[in-house]
Amino acid sequence: MSDGYVTPDGRTIGEKVLEMRNITLRFGGVVAIKDISFDIREGEIRAIIGPNGAGKSSMLNVINGFYHPQEGEILFHGEVRKPMKPYQIAKQGIARTFQNIALFKGMSTLDNIMTGRFNHMKTNMLSQMIWKGPAAREEQENREIVEKVIDFLEIQAIRKTPVGALPYGLQKRVELGRALAAQPKLLLLDEPMAGMNVEEKEDMSRFILDVNDEFGTTITLIEHDMGVVMDISDRVVVMDYGKKIGDGTPDEVRNNQAVIDAYLGVDHG
Amino acid sequence: MSDNVLPEGLDTFPKLLARNAVQWANVPAYREKEYGIWQSWSWSQVSEEVNALAMGYVALGLNEGDYVAIIGRNRPYLYWAMLAAQAAGAIPVPLYQDANAEEMAYVLEHCGARFIIAEDQEQVDKVLEIQDQLPNVEQIIYFDKRGMRKYEHKHLNAYEDVQAEGRAGHERLEPVLKERQAKLDENSTCVMLYTSGTTGKPKGVVLSNTNIIASAKASSEFDNLNAGDSVLAYLPMAWVGDFIFSIGQSCWTGFCVACPESPETMQADLREIGPSYFFAPPRFFEGLLTNVMIRIEDASPMKKKLFDIFMAHAKMVGPDLLDGKSVSTGDKFKYWLGDLLIYGPLKNTLGLSRVRVGYTAGEAIGPEIFEFYRSLGINLKQLYGQTEASVFITQQPDGEVRADTVGVPSPGVELRIADNGEVFYRSPGTFVRYYKNPESTADTKDAEGWVATGDAGFIEESSGHLRIIDRAKDVGKMADGSMFAPKFVENKLKFFPNILEAVVFGDTRKTCTAFINIDLNAVANWAERNNVAYASYQELAGHPQVLDTIQGHIEEVNKSVALDEMLSGCQIDRFLVLHKELDPDDGEMTRTRKVRRKIVGEKFHDLISALYDGSKTISTETEVTYEDGRKGSIKATLELRDVAVVPVTKEVAA
Repeated sequence: MSDGYVTPDGRTIGEKVLEMRNITLRFGGVVAIKDISFDIREGEIRAIIGPNGAGKSSMLNVINGFYHPQEGEILFHGEVRKPMKPYQIAKQGIARTFQNIALFKGMSTLDNIMTGRFNHMKTNMLSQMIWKGPAAREEQENREIVEKVIDFLEIQAIRKTPVGALPYGLQKRVELGRALAAQPKLLLLDEPMAGMNVEEKEDMSRFILDVNDEFGTTITLIEHDMGVVMDISDRVVVMDYGKKIGDGTPDEVRNNQAVIDAYLGVDHG
Repeated sequence: MSDNVLPEGLDTFPKLLARNAVQWANVPAYREKEYGIWQSWSWSQVSEEVNALAMGYVALGLNEGDYVAIIGRNRPYLYWAMLAAQAAGAIPVPLYQDANAEEMAYVLEHCGARFIIAEDQEQVDKVLEIQDQLPNVEQIIYFDKRGMRKYEHKHLNAYEDVQAEGRAGHERLEPVLKERQAKLDENSTCVMLYTSGTTGKPKGVVLSNTNIIASAKASSEFDNLNAGDSVLAYLPMAWVGDFIFSIGQSCWTGFCVACPESPETMQADLREIGPSYFFAPPRFFEGLLTNVMIRIEDASPMKKKLFDIFMAHAKMVGPDLLDGKSVSTGDKFKYWLGDLLIYGPLKNTLGLSRVRVGYTAGEAIGPEIFEFYRSLGINLKQLYGQTEASVFITQQPDGEVRADTVGVPSPGVELRIADNGEVFYRSPGTFVRYYKNPESTADTKDAEGWVATGDAGFIEESSGHLRIIDRAKDVGKMADGSMFAPKFVENKLKFFPNILEAVVFGDTRKTCTAFINIDLNAVANWAERNNVAYASYQELAGHPQVLDTIQGHIEEVNKSVALDEMLSGCQIDRFLVLHKELDPDDGEMTRTRKVRRKIVGEKFHDLISALYDGSKTISTETEVTYEDGRKGSIKATLELRDVAVVPVTKEVAA
C-alpha cells in the first residue's frame, strides 16, 4: 500500500498526508497513547474508533498540535513535523470540529462560519476599521466562500439565526461549516454524530461523503457508532486502552478478533 | 373556437421572448437568491440562456413535438428549460418535485418523455430508480452538479454543458430553431400539465398557446399588471397557476419572477422581495395569521394592547378604505396612525407591504382570515379556476371583494349553471384535450366547448357573483332526503385555527360525523401555554382537553349550519380526532393538499363504522409512508365523542 490504492467505489487514494510513527503520549503517570503508528492518505476517509477512554480524542489532539507526544514523530507530507502551536497547524491546512460543540453561541451561523476564514484574512485592524479597498474586498471574497459552504450544507434558512438557538444537530452542521470554510486539506472530525438521532446521522454521513467527493478533502473522524463508521470509511484504526488493536478496511476490522473482544468484551471465566 | 384572440406576431412563447429581449432588454426578468445575494437576469440575458439551451437540446437530438419533463423546485433555470423546450418545438411537462418515484413513473410513461430536466441528484436518482419502466427516456439533463461526478454519464448531461454545446454549434443549430419556431402558431401545444387528481390517475391537460397567452393577457389587463410588478415563485411548477404567473403573465407583461433561495427560506425571501402581485392558497394565509397571533400572545402587554386597539379599528374601516368607500376624517386619521404603528410594520414583517394584487384560491378562505388581511390594506381577492381553464374562470374585481363568493366571470369567460347545480364554463383558455384520454375529454368538454367544472354552485342574483357550494359529486342526499354538502361544513370547521383538516361523512346516512386533524402549530402552542404535557402528535391529538376544545368548535359550527335553510341537516353528530395527519405521501391527499375523500373513507373504514355504531373508543392500526418511501404503521386508541345538535325548525316559507 505504499503508493495509494483504489477504493471499492472507484476513488483513487493518493500518497500519505500524515504519518504517525510510534506515538506515545503520557499525562504524568497515565499513558494515554502507547506506541501507535498509522498513516492517513490523501483523499481517504480514515476513521479512528474505540471504546470510551481508548485515547481517540487524544490522538486527534496530537494530530492538530494541541498535545505534544513524548515519544514518536509525525510526518506531514513525508517530512518530520516540528512541535507546533495549533494555529500554525491550522495554517498548514488542517481543520477540526469538536466533540462538545465549540461555537460562539451568541453569534449568527454566518458569523460563526466566517471565523473559519480567520487564517485567510491578511488585512490589519487599521484597514479593517477604515473599511475601504483591501479590507472590504477581502471580506467579500471570504463571504463568498462562506456562502458556498452555507449552500453546500443547506443551512441558508438559519444564516442569521444565533447559533445558541439552534437544535443540536444543526449546531453540529454549523461547526462542520466553520471547519470547511477554512478550506482544509485534512479535516478532523471529533465524534461528528454523537448524540444525534438516526435521521441527523444519515444527513451528517451524507455531508461527510459529499465533502470528500466534492472537494477531495482528506477526512479523519473519530466515532463511537460502529455502523456509521463502517459505512462511510475507507480504512479504520481501532484503539483500546491507548493501544492500536486493529487497522484496515471496515471488513478486515469487523472480522478482527481483538476488535470483537474490545467491543463485546471477553469471557474471562 | 375563438380565433384571432391573440395579437399578430405574439402567438407563441418564442415570439414573446424575442419581443421582450428587445422591448425590455435590461429589465430584470428572473431573480434568484443564491449564495446570500439576489442574482438577476434581464430579458435579453434570459433570451440568450433559453436559446443556448434550446440549441443544446437539438444537438442532443430533441425532436419537434417531443415531451420534455421538468422536475425540480422553482428555479429560473427550470423555467428556462420549459421556454427552451418550446423554442425547440417541443412541449414542456413540469412534474411535482415531491412526487415519489412511482407517481413519477406513471406520468413519465404516459407522456413518453424522451428528455428529462432534473434539478439535482435527488431528482436524477428518482428517475434512475424507475428507468426500467421508461424505455422512452433517452437523455437526463441535470442542473446542480453536486454529487453527480460518479454517475455514468452516457445519458446524463449537465445543464451548462448542454448550453455550451448549443452555443458552440449555433451556426448550425440556429437555422433549425428558426425553422421549427416558424411552424408554431397559436394552436400549437404550449404545455402539458398533469392534474393532481382527487380521484384516480392524473390526467395530462393539453393547453395550447391560445389558451395560455389569451388567459395571461386577459388576466393581466384585469388587474393592470405591468413590467414594474414582481412575484415570488414558490408554488409547485407543475401547478397551472405557477405556469400562468411565472411564464404566461411574466412573458406577456414583462414582470419579474423571483425564486426563493430554498423552500425553508421562503418567508424571509418574501420579505426581501416584497412582491406587488402575490398568490397563495388559503392555507398559507391561515398559517401566517396563526403565527402572527401566537407571536402577539408572547409580546409585551403594551404591544399587545396597541395591536388590539388598532386591529379593532382596522376591522371597522380598513375594508371600506380599500374599496374606496367614504370614511370619516377622524377614522382616516386613526387608520393612518395605526398604519404607522401597527399595520405598516406588520405588513413589512409578513413581506406583504407592496402587494397591490393578491389572490387566494383552491379552497374556501375563512371570513375572519380574509377580513384580517383586507383590513390591513392588503388587496386580497379570490379567484376560481382550474387547470382545464388555464386557471381563470371567475375572479373578484377591485371594489367587489367578499369572503363568500369567488367573483364574476373573468374576461372572455361564459358561465352556465346546469339543472343539477353544476357549474359549466367556456372561454379562450379552455383546454384542448386530455392527453391520450378521449373518453375523459368527451366527459368533461362537450362539442360546443362547454366544460364541466365538477363543482356545484349558483350565481348570486344581487351581485352576479358566483358562489361555490361543494364538489358536485360530493353533494349527496341524507337518509331523510335533505342535501348533504360535506365541504360546506368542513370549511366552517377549518376556519378554526386549531383545526387543520376535517372530513365529514353522512351521504345516505341519518346523521353526519367527522374526522378532525388538529393544527399542530396552534394546538402545541396552546398546550405549552397551559402546561399540557405531551410526547407526540398522537398523544396531543388524543388529549381530553384538546377534544373538549374541538367539541366546542364543532358545536359552534353546528349552530351556524343550522341557520342555513338548505344544509341544516349537515350538523355533526359525532366526531373523532385522527391520530395522524392526512398526508399526500399516504395518498390521503393530493399533492396540492386536497383531501381524497374516497381513499380516506376506505383506509379508515373501521373508524367510520365506529362513528356510526355508538362505541366510545376504538383501537386501530394505520399504515404510514415515510418521505423516502419506506412504510411503517402506527397504532392508536381513539375516543369518539357526541356533539350537541341544534334542533332545526323547518321554516314554512322555505
